[in-house]
Amino acid sequence: MTAVVYIILEIIGYIFISIGTFFLLLASIGLIRMPDVYNRMQTATKATTLGALSVLVGIGLIDLWWLPKSLILAIFIVLTAPIGASALARASYKHGVKLWKGSVVDKYKDEKEED
Amino acid sequence: MKKVSNANRFAYAFLAFIIVWCTLTFSPRIKPDQYLEEFIGGVVISLIAAALSYKHLSQRGLYNLSPKRIGWFFAYIPVFIWAMIKANFDVAYRVLSPKKPIKPGIVRIRTNLKNPAGKLALANSITLTPGTMTMQIIDDKYYIHWIYVQSEDEKEAGDIIKGEFEKYLKEVFE
Repeated sequence: MTAVVYIILEIIGYIFISIGTFFLLLASIGLIRMPDVYNRMQTATKATTLGALSVLVGIGLIDLWWLPKSLILAIFIVLTAPIGASALARASYKHGVKLWKGSVVDKYKDEKEED
Repeated sequence: MKKVSNANRFAYAFLAFIIVWCTLTFSPRIKPDQYLEEFIGGVVISLIAAALSYKHLSQRGLYNLSPKRIGWFFAYIPVFIWAMIKANFDVAYRVLSPKKPIKPGIVRIRTNLKNPAGKLALANSITLTPGTMTMQIIDDKYYIHWIYVQSEDEKEAGDIIKGEFEKYLKEVFE
């Protein structure tokens, strides 16, 4: 009985890992297809975070003893990845990287002029 | 906000560090007497780390762990994960669609959260949810890069972007 449960968990784990790899692949395609730094950062942050989370949860399900560890790692990724993305986006804005020509609005420019 | 004693904040930091240490080091393949050594090492290191960082880690110490806050936090997790999954399908659609359906821009929204940790949590949530990425927080103003701008108005954009999050985070952090 327990053996069956372990096999099912292992299959679910591999499904999670496949989904995660798919999103990681998507993130890299996004890096190539998007027109400017900011849009690239968008696809890269979201898809890599969920991709990595999904892979970690998958590993945790394949070997249940790893689950607490992989969950802690997942929490750290969720905490740090968005901060890194904001820091990079802001740094590139301050460095003068222009928005894509199709952009419709830039409220941040006003803020810089007020400073 | 009332002042919380240093000992309380220190205890909170120590607890956080020792829990992380134990989950990262514990393994069923280690014998209990061997694990005791690891645990003592962890206590020493957590004490040092907590002493160095408790002032920055929290302002409310153990009051962060009140049942009401924890309850709202667990209620927040599914909302957040669902938003993240939606965000990824949104990314998939924009990346794979041959027409590149994007209309990017930077908008400004305002929040009424006061606590810095709450603001950070909101910024992180915004970054991980569909089409939006926080660029900077100045006081109560968030500058947000939006991959498909639906509204340039501060209030309307704020309602779309923040969605449900602010309500939950207010309960957790305020």
